[in-house]
Amino acid sequence: MDITFLLNGERVELRDINPLMTALDWLRDHRGLTATKEGCNEGDCGACTVMVTDERGARALNACILFLPQLHGKALRTVEGITAPDGSLHPVQQAMVDHHGSQCGFCTPGFIASMAAAHLNGDGDHETALAGNLCRCTGYAPILRAARAARSAPVPDHVKDDPDLISSDMSAGGGNQDDDGQPAPRQRWQPETADALAQVYAAHPDATLVAGATDVGLWVTKQLRQPDPVIFLNRCADLQQVEIDADKIRIGAGVTMDRVLTLMEAHHPSYAAMTRRYGSAQVRAAATIGGNIANGSPIGDNPPALIALGARLHLRHGDTRRDIALEDFFIDYGKQDRSKGEFVEAVTLPADAPVFRCYKISKRFDQDISALLGAFNIIPRDGTIASARIAFGGMAGVPKRATNAEQALAGQPWTLDSIRAAQAAMADDFTPLSDMRASAAYRLRVAQNLLERYFQDIAGTRTDLREVQP
Amino acid sequence: MSTGKPLPHDSAPLHVTGQARYVDDLPTPRNTLHLCFGLSSIARGRITTMDLAAVRTAPGVVTVLTADDLPFANDVSPSIHDEPLLSDGSVHYVGQPLFLVVAHSHLDARRAARAARIEYAEETPILTVEDALAAKSYFEGGPVTWARGDVDAALASASHSVEGRVEMGGQEHFYLEGQAALALPGEDGDMVVHSSTQHPTEIQHKVAEALGVSMHNVRVETRRMGGGFGGKESQGNALAVACAVAARATGRACKMRYDRDDDMMITGKRHDFRIEYRAGFDDTGRLTGVEFRHYTRAGWAQDLTLPVADRAMLHADNAYFLPAARIESHRLRTNTQSATAFRGFGGPQGMVGIERVMDHIAHVLGRDPLSVRQVNYYDAARPTGPGTGRRFSADHSPSPAKARSATPYGMEVTDFILHEMTEALASRADYAARRQAVADWNAANETIKRGIALTPVKFGISFTLTHLNQAGALVHVYQDGSIHLNHGGTEMGQGLNQKVAQVAAHAFGVNLDTVRITATDTQKVPNTSATAASSGSDLNGMAVQNACEKIKARIAEHLAATHQATPESVRFTQGRVHVGQADMSFAEAAQSAYFGRVSLSATGFYKTPDITWDRARGQGRPFFYFAHGAAVTEVAVDTLTGENRILRTDILHDAGASLNPALDIGQIEGGYVQGAGWLTMEELVWDDAGRLRTHAPSTYKIPATSDTPPVFNVELWDQPNPAATIYRSKAVGEPPFMLGISALMALSDAVAACGPAYPALDAPATPERLLAAIERVRR
Repeated sequence: MDITFLLNGERVELRDINPLMTALDWLRDHRGLTATKEGCNEGDCGACTVMVTDERGARALNACILFLPQLHGKALRTVEGITAPDGSLHPVQQAMVDHHGSQCGFCTPGFIASMAAAHLNGDGDHETALAGNLCRCTGYAPILRAARAARSAPVPDHVKDDPDLISSDMSAGGGNQDDDGQPAPRQRWQPETADALAQVYAAHPDATLVAGATDVGLWVTKQLRQPDPVIFLNRCADLQQVEIDADKIRIGAGVTMDRVLTLMEAHHPSYAAMTRRYGSAQVRAAATIGGNIANGSPIGDNPPALIALGARLHLRHGDTRRDIALEDFFIDYGKQDRSKGEFVEAVTLPADAPVFRCYKISKRFDQDISALLGAFNIIPRDGTIASARIAFGGMAGVPKRATNAEQALAGQPWTLDSIRAAQAAMADDFTPLSDMRASAAYRLRVAQNLLERYFQDIAGTRTDLREVQP
Repeated sequence: MSTGKPLPHDSAPLHVTGQARYVDDLPTPRNTLHLCFGLSSIARGRITTMDLAAVRTAPGVVTVLTADDLPFANDVSPSIHDEPLLSDGSVHYVGQPLFLVVAHSHLDARRAARAARIEYAEETPILTVEDALAAKSYFEGGPVTWARGDVDAALASASHSVEGRVEMGGQEHFYLEGQAALALPGEDGDMVVHSSTQHPTEIQHKVAEALGVSMHNVRVETRRMGGGFGGKESQGNALAVACAVAARATGRACKMRYDRDDDMMITGKRHDFRIEYRAGFDDTGRLTGVEFRHYTRAGWAQDLTLPVADRAMLHADNAYFLPAARIESHRLRTNTQSATAFRGFGGPQGMVGIERVMDHIAHVLGRDPLSVRQVNYYDAARPTGPGTGRRFSADHSPSPAKARSATPYGMEVTDFILHEMTEALASRADYAARRQAVADWNAANETIKRGIALTPVKFGISFTLTHLNQAGALVHVYQDGSIHLNHGGTEMGQGLNQKVAQVAAHAFGVNLDTVRITATDTQKVPNTSATAASSGSDLNGMAVQNACEKIKARIAEHLAATHQATPESVRFTQGRVHVGQADMSFAEAAQSAYFGRVSLSATGFYKTPDITWDRARGQGRPFFYFAHGAAVTEVAVDTLTGENRILRTDILHDAGASLNPALDIGQIEGGYVQGAGWLTMEELVWDDAGRLRTHAPSTYKIPATSDTPPVFNVELWDQPNPAATIYRSKAVGEPPFMLGISALMALSDAVAACGPAYPALDAPATPERLLAAIERVRR
């Protein structure tokens, strides 16, 4: 596969790359650019953070789980290129010096990349922007001081990679066809339309689909697997569409979680609050909603929330499409209702659900995989419960509805007594596992308690720790 | 004056631009080879078959080494030679290195290491405290007990008593830079090793043993570490020795860095502790006697367990006078990673024990825990020295009647300043009013409860192994007046080089940019101690000052002779040297000395005075002085889920006359968050087969940005150290870590608001443990 991108403002063309080489390994081992560090090699520490700009703007990404083909047509900027060409410091770099934001310095380049991206985008929510960068020395206070201090400084011109320049530059290079008339490898394995994807995937049903690589990346860096062939979805424009009408939102499978966050802020604030804690800025900028569903994980955060919302899933195989209720997609642990060569095209959910709430429970508030996630959409009418949809992640081998609890609530008055009865019924819904995140007993007790939190939340009682002021 | 200034870290511009080099960033020679260990998959047993054929034929593999291929010492232990680099056939934990792959790339080596086919004769592993006690699996043959007074009588006659147990987990260091080493073979048996280590001399020693050469054949260089925290005191030995052995075997440069999961599976962590206690006290909460039993899972090899467990015992008092005390310490050998040094070195665990006792007593008496803490404090420091009838060492000073100043190990606490510090902090943090506000909130809110706690820290400064309290330095003044120096300490983020440079600049009266410090190098300063025990600037600052004074004396003597003045009258200040009526720049003075054939290079040396320690009896004066601090933490807890959050933290910390307030505050903020992380969210989980399940940041959660307290007030208690330390400063690396105990105690306070029973909260206080404690107190 051949790719072209900008590295710190300079055009780079690579031929016959291993498509599963990470940007981090390429930068450090092949390009000799060692400012970008390897901390965990799985996208959890942010030491490898780089800035990537495309037509959607600049984002921070983890280079350790970013495959080179994902960079095609984009601009990659490392800390070497965040420093001005004359060696002078970017405002976030200067602020980090002034505010003593580095101690051992190893996490610092990653912080600088995250801070520079947020600075460029005028993002002042520093805690959220930096939740994916771990520092073991400072305790973060001086880093936050630096981020605040740099916020109002002008963005230096040299870090503004021009998306138009990139795309026009890219289109100039390379033909779209091999000598034999087939699409060139990159076009074949990195399709730009859903039709092209459907065609290549139907022809190669054993291929591995890679969207944001936040999961497949770890197959490669940690399990040392080399899946072959691999189809990259990140340039498939059809999958990145969001359609909103009066009562429905259709989200393409390739929509990244940072866009889901923005979307949910307008429609489902509780979903947005959960998404703000989903991975990190770096992970949300890569991970897709479709990947989180299709992956089939019992601890993905989107599925239970979407199931409680009554979402429908759109699947496609070749030219054949079908729609199913999302909960029906998850058959058993590791088994989904998806045939070989079939892929998730989109998910549709209601545009409005005023009593929908979801609660993510984890050891650490930010960037932690849920021990469990509870999602509730219990609709009262005239004081009794007209319908109840309750779904959980982390409670079974699949994202799963609490059907006993739902039935216990249906038709009952909206009172604490009804909640108590449903909590008891919930014990029959789940037999959760014990693992390093939580015990079975804790999971079940908290699942039950979250129903009570929901009751308080809807009643307007204070339930959010983050709203407690010092 | 260069000391006392809040200057940034000397490498800060290099950090923020990515130009600061770590071991894996160093340019390597052509054909450098890369290493990876093959690891055991069982916790205990013997290898019956180790089939490495597929490893040897894997792509990129150059050679594979096993224990049989090691020509000399197969040992990387920092203590008693019980830690083979590669398994001798026996397996002691999941993750133990069995063989060593040498390959063309890091990835090739990692891939090949997984191709081995290994069969074992498994034995039942010893994993828990109970397993180890049942098997009498001890280091040193059994428990160690130190006692003072008749504890049983004190407990029997006390008007109140409590007993209980607190568990606290271990802690992964999670230095952001994983372990790494690079060995470059030289001529005639020489070896140069770049190592991410806190202890270059130890690396030199172990590499020399492994190569069968003298220490003078091995040079170890450490420019900086990407974090250490104790995790690079001994845990880098394996990589450095592996690289050196492979470099000798292949004649090529060899590099090794652990992938993060390997790092967490292989290397040791903080010792987890179970502490059982019994305490007797009066109506005010003042202790009459206390008994502790410490149980720690030390892992499979001794490593640094003995001094760690000793230090836990030495801090069983924290800031409190224990009229009668018995401390029993069980150092248990288990089939887990060999627990090792971690910031505080056992001190934090010992302190959690007594802080739990204070909290428990307050609950029993219905008193504010702060008042119980204060009533148990050691006596306040009194004037000491000539004319006061008191000296630092208590031996010649008759103790006044009823003095509450002797530690259980017989050391007089003469510098205790926590009475004043506590009053000042309580006032600045508005403790009393906020305590009432917390109570008001808790009366009005069912679901979310708040808690607040103020806890003190008194931490003993010095290595308890007395001979380690020494340091060397090498200072050169060049004829242009620039100064280059080396010392035995290593830079891991704490800004040691900056502090030491400030000392040198101050000594010569020159600007800081005149002084340059580069990598720590065993050929420049030999026989160094680990940069550990918070001792870095205390020891190395003094050694550098000693060298600077030697050179200054020579320059002064030379200038006095050439200017008809006395050496004593020569002054070095503000970049100039004054002699008689003349004054000149420091550079001119240096040049003059050079032309006068004066040596402008000197070594410096320092050893800590006045310390003695009889480990067998548990008696002596192991510490040169104590560093103090206190913190108030306020938290909120969700009683439905156990989720929790720090709302505000106020700290007052004693860094003596700070050498660099900015660096010291950085240590305090970072230490607090790391300490609070240890006691709240950082949880190590092993399964029933002894496999560590939390071996990556996806499962092991250190604090993230939003875990830093939203209100975080940190101030220095800016008083000179009564002990004669470098410019009267105090060590600051470890003590602030223990300020994080206030977070655990605040959580306990919040849980106590949920019901009548005592929370008996264990650590880490994860949401799950908090919810369990809440349900317990409600019963």
